[in-house]
Amino acid sequence: MFPPAPFLLKDVSVSQVMIQVCVALIPGIAAYASLVGPAILVQLVIATLAALVAEALMLKVRGKPLALFLTDGSAIVTAWLIALTFPPLAPWWLVVTGTVFAVIVAKHLYGGLGQNPFNPAMVAFAVCIVAFPALMSQWPSVGLQLGLIDQMNIILGWAPRVDTLTGATPLDAMKTALKLGEGSFDVSTLLANQDIYGNFAGRGWEWVAGGYLLGGLWLWHRKLITWHVPLAFVASLSLISGALWLYNPGQFASPLFHLLSGGTMLGAFFIATDPVSGCTTPRGKLIFGAGCGLLAYIIRVFGGYPDGVAFAVLLMNLSAPLIDLLTQPPIFGMKDKS
Amino acid sequence: MLMNLFKFKGGVKPPTNKTQSVNLPIAQAPLPSRLVVPLHQSIGGMPQPVVEAGDKVLKGQLIGEADGWISAAVHAPTSGTVVEVAMHVQPHPSGLDALCVVIEPDGKDEWIPREPVDYKSLPPEEVRERLQQAGVVGLGGAVFPTHGKLTASKTVPMDELIINGAECEPFITCDDLLMRERAEEVVRGIGIFRDLLQPKKVLIGIEDNKPEAAAAMRLAVQALGESFAVVQVPTLYPAGGAKQLIRVLTGKEVPASKRSTDLGVQCFNVATAYTAWRAIAHGEPVVSRLVTVTGNVHEPRNYEVLIGTPMDELLKLAHPHPDTDGIIMGGPMMGFLVPDRQVPVVKATNCLIAHDDRLFPPKAPEMPCIRCGACAQACPHELQPFEMYWFSRAKNFGKTQEYNIFDCIECGCCSYVCPSRIPLVQYFRFAKSEIWAREREKNAADQAKLRFEFKQLREEREKAEKAEKLAKAAAAQAAKKAAEAVAAAAAAGESGAAPAADTAAAPAVATPTDAPTATVNPEKEAKRATIEAAMARAKAQREAVQPKNVDNLSPEQLKAAADIEARRIAAHLIEPQPADQTAPLDPNN
Repeated sequence: MFPPAPFLLKDVSVSQVMIQVCVALIPGIAAYASLVGPAILVQLVIATLAALVAEALMLKVRGKPLALFLTDGSAIVTAWLIALTFPPLAPWWLVVTGTVFAVIVAKHLYGGLGQNPFNPAMVAFAVCIVAFPALMSQWPSVGLQLGLIDQMNIILGWAPRVDTLTGATPLDAMKTALKLGEGSFDVSTLLANQDIYGNFAGRGWEWVAGGYLLGGLWLWHRKLITWHVPLAFVASLSLISGALWLYNPGQFASPLFHLLSGGTMLGAFFIATDPVSGCTTPRGKLIFGAGCGLLAYIIRVFGGYPDGVAFAVLLMNLSAPLIDLLTQPPIFGMKDKS
Repeated sequence: MLMNLFKFKGGVKPPTNKTQSVNLPIAQAPLPSRLVVPLHQSIGGMPQPVVEAGDKVLKGQLIGEADGWISAAVHAPTSGTVVEVAMHVQPHPSGLDALCVVIEPDGKDEWIPREPVDYKSLPPEEVRERLQQAGVVGLGGAVFPTHGKLTASKTVPMDELIINGAECEPFITCDDLLMRERAEEVVRGIGIFRDLLQPKKVLIGIEDNKPEAAAAMRLAVQALGESFAVVQVPTLYPAGGAKQLIRVLTGKEVPASKRSTDLGVQCFNVATAYTAWRAIAHGEPVVSRLVTVTGNVHEPRNYEVLIGTPMDELLKLAHPHPDTDGIIMGGPMMGFLVPDRQVPVVKATNCLIAHDDRLFPPKAPEMPCIRCGACAQACPHELQPFEMYWFSRAKNFGKTQEYNIFDCIECGCCSYVCPSRIPLVQYFRFAKSEIWAREREKNAADQAKLRFEFKQLREEREKAEKAEKLAKAAAAQAAKKAAEAVAAAAAAGESGAAPAADTAAAPAVATPTDAPTATVNPEKEAKRATIEAAMARAKAQREAVQPKNVDNLSPEQLKAAADIEARRIAAHLIEPQPADQTAPLDPNN
């Protein structure tokens, strides 16, 4: 018997969606690679392999068709987001641990594709930053110029991890300096350090953020994401950072600094927009995005972690079902009803 | 005429595939070898057959009589002989059989005497009646009896009459060709609807991918001096859904819980207007319709087809390619594959699409929902299909209703855009039918419960009544016993003192009266007096309740009454007076 109507179907598939998300990440990856070197590409490969192996294993255990689900691309998106949020010189096993945990625990133990209440990549980040806080805070030091071989040796553990190789992210450096300075430093003098900072935020990091923004706008143009989450994310982060910056520009960095630092752009366009773990109604998406931006700012500025996007997204994932329930839009013909 | 158009949310733009079938003019399909005319071709009551096997019928002759107001008559599509009135498989996804009149054409195609009327001279009720008798139903696909929609709401003024020429489904062009070639009669038909409903405005909505049809309609409107507005609406599936077209043209949104007339709007298809005109002005009932034959065929074209024509005979006219593996009735978005190629064309058949894998590639395997929300963005009723899917799948039907599953018009937009290839509409149909089935079950159970409770109540009541009766009887028995005891005492005191019975049995007490009364003592005398007084009161009471019509009776009547009374006593129907019972006690005196 033939399937029921509609007989015409739009040429879309889960794989296509996931592939386009990967494509949209490319500008950001390119800027990132030019900033930190080819290490990031090595990490992308490691994470992808680990994700596919873990995915295949879980699919086999769960008795699901391997070819169909391995090619859906969802594991690759998770892997790439992990590689892009972990320190680029992190040891290979850290990335593998995070990825495997994301795929097996955060995704498949909850029911696999489409069933995970939390964003798997952010679960991996949260688990690793709690379990391995030191390793997760070591970013390539500024101006570090290492070739592919050297970077691979560090990642694979064949070369010693020397302290001078790594440091904090510009975002983390700013927070630490402001905290330790107890008011003796102010933002503008810190930003004057052109070794670390560029025009608005971390030197080179601005471009990475710009790359993600570009990819994100393309996703929006392709209608794979709606404007609600990124806009609400960026707006709420700008509002709170802007308010505090106006209150005390010496102690609080400008909105632009926050927008172009850390995981803001990646989070706003690629992580908080994850449909599975996020909100689905238009108003819900606005609340979700705004919550992410607000929490990310609070955690990164007042909390103990280098950045707050991961925890912000996870906290909002937790609230998403309730937000959806309370923000169901009125349907056709029922809008007059209060 | 410039008009402010509104938008509906959602909608999709599938490839329209309409150009293939508009190149050739409408052709008359030849008489088929036999016609299978289902009796149930409209929403509402099942028409009753009024012919039987062997009957000769003429074209347009009534073969199925409308059953009730929401029902429409069915007619013989051509002249010939009724071969049988029997169950045949229907053009319905269920593949179920239904009662059909099978006619073998005689080739003459001879009409019944047709009676054209000037509807303006008829009262509105008669126009509606004629439309029902002519079998005019909504030809957009819903086949709702048209006359049932031609009464304006008494409370809400009729603002707009919407005429649906949108034809938004891909592949279908029968309304397009109808408007191109028969615009004048369509406009005249709209005139009938306008006169019956008296709307403030008449708006004819046509998707802007049919400029020829719109031009033809404008010309016809002008030529007939009407003030109807021909409006081109953006091509966006499902703009031809009645509710979507109403929204686009008027800005009004009709929810599932309301009728459009509640909002002062009514909507008809262009082909319905055309058949209404033919029925009234030419006296021709609906025996044929335009059908687009397209898809995997050499010569896609529109045909004027007799109702009851087997689909495979019609499809052959367009020369289907040999790899055709099925026939879709309707469009590719909402149509269905007919269960059998022999099924007849019915009034709801607007299009036949020859199906093959090239035009309609097999669906990729279903994946889990990733909640991307594409379905919600595509839904013209602004529902959340992925939530309804989730709950339908879990058979949590209460929740599906909370998410307004009954507002779903099954247009297929959600399935069309779903990247996980989930047949969402199928899930919703499943959920709806389950809910209906449960509703029926629940109603049946409620009925049974009601019956059971009533039975229980009745039994309890009967029990109580019985108990009451028994108690009364027992009390009466006790009273009687007490009275007997007293009477016995009295008899012992003064035999024969009992008053003469006023019944025919009185002679029985004659003997005791002869008994001696010497042994009277004062105590007994007092008792006797009391009893006598009581008996006198009782007698007075008895007399008081006796029917009044025994007064002033003639001697014969009195005698007859006495005879009856005697027979009653003989048959133990009434109890003899207590005085009678004193007799057996006498020997003791």
